[in-house]
Amino acid sequence: MDVLTPRTLDEALRLRSEHPDAWPIDGGTDVLVELNFDRARPPALLNLSEIRELKGWSRENGTLRLGAGLTYTQCRQDLRDVLPALAEASRTVGSPQIQNRGTLGGNLGTSSPAGDSLPPLLVEGAEVELASVRGERRVPLEEFLVGPKRNAMLANELIVAVRVSPSGARQTFMKVGPRNAMVIAVASLALSADRERGELRAAYGSAGPVPKLVTAPLAERASFAERVAEAAQPIDDVRGTAVYRRHALRVLTTRALERCAA
Amino acid sequence: MRTVSAPARKLEHGRVGESVLRVDAIPKVTGEFAYSSDLFAAGMLWGHTLRSPHAHAEIESIDISEAVSMPGVHAVLTHEDVPGKKLYGLEFADQPVLAINRVRYFGEPVALVAAEHPEQARRAAEKIQVQYQPLEPVVDPERALEQEDLHPERPTEEAGYFNDPRSNVVRTIVIRHGDPDAEGEVSVSGVYELGIQDQAFLGPESGLAVPDGEGGVDVYVATQWLHVDRAQVAPCLDLRPEQVRIHLAGVGGAFGGREDLSMQIHGALLALHTGRPIKIVYTREESFVGHVHRHPARIWMEHRANHDGKLVNVRVRILLDGGAYASSTTAVTSNASSFAQGPYAVANALVETTSVYTNNPPCGAMRGFGAVQVCFAHEAQMDKLAAELALDPVDLRLRNAIAQGDILPNGQRITGSLPVAEVIRRCAALPVPEPEALPRDAIRLPGGAGNVTRGEGVKRGTGFAVGFKNICYSHGFDDYCAARVRLFADASGELGAEVHCAAAEVGQGVTNVILQVARTELELENITLAPHQTATVDSAGSASASRMTWMASGAVQTACRAAREELESRGGSLASGDEVDVERVYRHPQTWPLDPETGQVQGERAHVAFVCSAMKAVVEVDTELGLTRVVWIGTAQDIGRAVNPQAVYGQIEGGTAQGLGLALMEEIQTRDGLITNASFTDYLIPTALDMPPVDAVLVEEPDPDAPYGAKGVGEPPTVVATAAVVAALRDATGLELTRAPVRPDHLAGLTA
Ligand SMILES: Cc1cc2nc3c(=O)[nH]c(=O)nc-3n(C[C@H](O)[C@H](O)[C@H](O)COP(=O)(O)OP(=O)(O)OC[C@H]3O[C@@H](n4cnc5c(N)ncnc54)[C@H](O)[C@@H]3O)c2cc1C
Repeated sequence: MDVLTPRTLDEALRLRSEHPDAWPIDGGTDVLVELNFDRARPPALLNLSEIRELKGWSRENGTLRLGAGLTYTQCRQDLRDVLPALAEASRTVGSPQIQNRGTLGGNLGTSSPAGDSLPPLLVEGAEVELASVRGERRVPLEEFLVGPKRNAMLANELIVAVRVSPSGARQTFMKVGPRNAMVIAVASLALSADRERGELRAAYGSAGPVPKLVTAPLAERASFAERVAEAAQPIDDVRGTAVYRRHALRVLTTRALERCAA
Repeated sequence: MRTVSAPARKLEHGRVGESVLRVDAIPKVTGEFAYSSDLFAAGMLWGHTLRSPHAHAEIESIDISEAVSMPGVHAVLTHEDVPGKKLYGLEFADQPVLAINRVRYFGEPVALVAAEHPEQARRAAEKIQVQYQPLEPVVDPERALEQEDLHPERPTEEAGYFNDPRSNVVRTIVIRHGDPDAEGEVSVSGVYELGIQDQAFLGPESGLAVPDGEGGVDVYVATQWLHVDRAQVAPCLDLRPEQVRIHLAGVGGAFGGREDLSMQIHGALLALHTGRPIKIVYTREESFVGHVHRHPARIWMEHRANHDGKLVNVRVRILLDGGAYASSTTAVTSNASSFAQGPYAVANALVETTSVYTNNPPCGAMRGFGAVQVCFAHEAQMDKLAAELALDPVDLRLRNAIAQGDILPNGQRITGSLPVAEVIRRCAALPVPEPEALPRDAIRLPGGAGNVTRGEGVKRGTGFAVGFKNICYSHGFDDYCAARVRLFADASGELGAEVHCAAAEVGQGVTNVILQVARTELELENITLAPHQTATVDSAGSASASRMTWMASGAVQTACRAAREELESRGGSLASGDEVDVERVYRHPQTWPLDPETGQVQGERAHVAFVCSAMKAVVEVDTELGLTRVVWIGTAQDIGRAVNPQAVYGQIEGGTAQGLGLALMEEIQTRDGLITNASFTDYLIPTALDMPPVDAVLVEEPDPDAPYGAKGVGEPPTVVATAAVVAALRDATGLELTRAPVRPDHLAGLTA
């Protein structure tokens, strides 16, 4: 298997268009599992981990631009005040080793219904910045996620960044799993009480084909837990039952409201 | 050619009874320890196993023609290439080396490939055309008793067991004790169930087979009993035992899962076929089908007692699912029967245990070996009985605690040390930590890093459990252990010793035990333990049944004393270049089988000795989400005498973690016999955050029959931990919780 390692974004985009079958890889914490389990045999890997433009985060006017290569450890450390729910979600990802390697771009690339960065980013109205040799486009995260492990990225595109305008609203992230660390969400929830928009915003994970945003006016707090539970489309699988997942979302939403809208 | 195997080991200090850092501790922590998956030999090829995707199917044909011609491929073998016996097994040879016309479980080996590169081997395996005719799998152990026999030749029928004509029976045991119909003033009953637990060792099955150029083979492998491997490998290769030399490679955990063979015969077959060293390393997914698991169980129990709390009669029915092949199911059946009533004296009992063949994953040895399952049930029953009688649960246990002189339901009188009341008292006396104040960091609450509660819905509970089991093999098995001691004088005339013992170091610390015993007996500084192998010393028996400390101590002590005697007879010293070389076999007190009709022991003892343990667990449960934090565990462990106390504490913590795992999360899930969670993503084992601190006290009451009085400690913490943790969950939630592992939806009250 070939490994292509571009040093600049331009070079990466060129390689991406020349080798549409090559798999992008950044932290490799999803890709290597696929390879090791022999679930996929891509002809080549496009290694993005050396590209400076994808690293770190920056602030432009009121907007945060989170590089695709931003790791969970960086989210935990740097974004605690501006995007607290994302920072909390980052703390629940895998183990410290995974948090050091795993990236936001990788979580978006995988687009798992259980991706832990996705609910907090949905609540904050994030946009995904995609680029190809033809140019750049921005897609709201809600539209980017199109199905379980499917997204709107085209074969010649790369994820470059996530853009968020932090709401400043009180927010939290919670994740349910039968083990107290290192666990894939059986159900998860990010919630914010956005007084400026006058909105309750919640997004669930692992309870439907994609993580999904549910909103309601602040005044409808009393029925919000039920609304989130109803919006979910959970299934039974080895990790949990649909009944449990819905139940958990009800409990999580109630508790999150207590935390954020008390 | 260079092969890596466990190097000779040496201690700087330490005798029996002293805490001594394990010789393998630093290499393991620093990553320098060579595991069986690190083996290497010049010119080696990689072996790969093609496995059945079906739980039950007829094999109509196997076409290897395309696979053989793939690049890098040196051999593709099927059952037709097995030169000797086509079947093998630990106790009954009922398992094909490679499937013959039929597969009986998901993952059963069908064909082997050897290639230059592991990827080439995998790709070639995909090109082997196997035509399967899927058959309906037998997956419900109760229905199995009426369905078609999966092994029509009934491999265990002639073994002298209770005659049970029902289909698919591996073994039935009936123990009748006193008057099995005796009535008590009160009665409680319950039905309990346990899922399939996996050993989940971190080092996948792996090894290296090296042809010797003269028709024989050396196999370097992570195993638990070198000589029993040889006894199974040689006949299948049609070789004499001495032509097969088994060497212990670095073992990455075992817990019973390496008692059965994995790659041994396969690697040797490919090595002899190609004339090249063969390395085989299972993937994680493959490892889940590469070894046997803990038997899932359905257990019905009724306890009859009087108002004073004395047990009158314990009535038990147990059904164990053995999966597709016998493995050690017959012995697990007998252990479950022996310990079904728990460590309590009871005048009357009826215990009926049946194990069956199904097309589920094969089950066999795992830490606790039948005692874990029944402890979960009998301890739930004791709590139920205490509630029914309005007695303190600890008091109820003390009133019934079995003691020296009492008789077990199988007729054996307890003669050795078994301080049940003492472990109960010592454990009960351990102070339970005060609840921590709120608010706290989420990781100190149920749900941990998931950040789900700040205290909402959280209730605390305490549970208590006592359990016991046997040490060493039972029921007449000649379970000996050999050791060899070579005394020599070095150039300066200084005496040194080399100890040979085939006792498998599986991470339990037997290397230290051997060296500490040798240092105690020989009073020398320069003592090394030679690499473990079959060629230089007789069998040590299995590193299982909590027996290796007892047996290796006995063998090494005997051999050391013989060596010293020999030395004395030569005037007490050796000239440079001279040596004393003695090998001795140690045997524990004899045991006898049970009468197949009554289940009563046919001699003095059925089991060599017993070990008991009591445990108290404190949990916090988020009762709305059904998530748990085990806050604290206290335990009192009967140990006879601790040879290396530090290692004993380590075993207690590790064994507890494994029992806690079965209580809360560890379960192999299947659908129609197919494993649906063969990964560490979905087969969860406890992390450091799930494991609480363990306060352990050692109860040292030396066993009169054991060398130094030392009993084993590998299993008892696991036996009681599942029961203790689930008892605490019941206390916190008020739910019955009759099934382990307990799942969040059970704890949240969503499912019964
Ligand atoms: C032990 C373990 C525990 C884990 N725990 C969690 C958890 O708790 N929560 C969770 O959400 N996830 C978890 N994961 C999954 C994984 O760590 C995350 O999804 C992580 O964000 C992936 O990032 P990465 O950089 O490692 O991605 P990679 O593996 O490098 O890539 C993942 C996917 O994204 C694509 N990709 C990567 N970067 C780009 C890019 N810039 N443009 C386009 N496509 C791209 C790749 O082609 C691939 O399809 C765990 C994984 C492991 C191994």
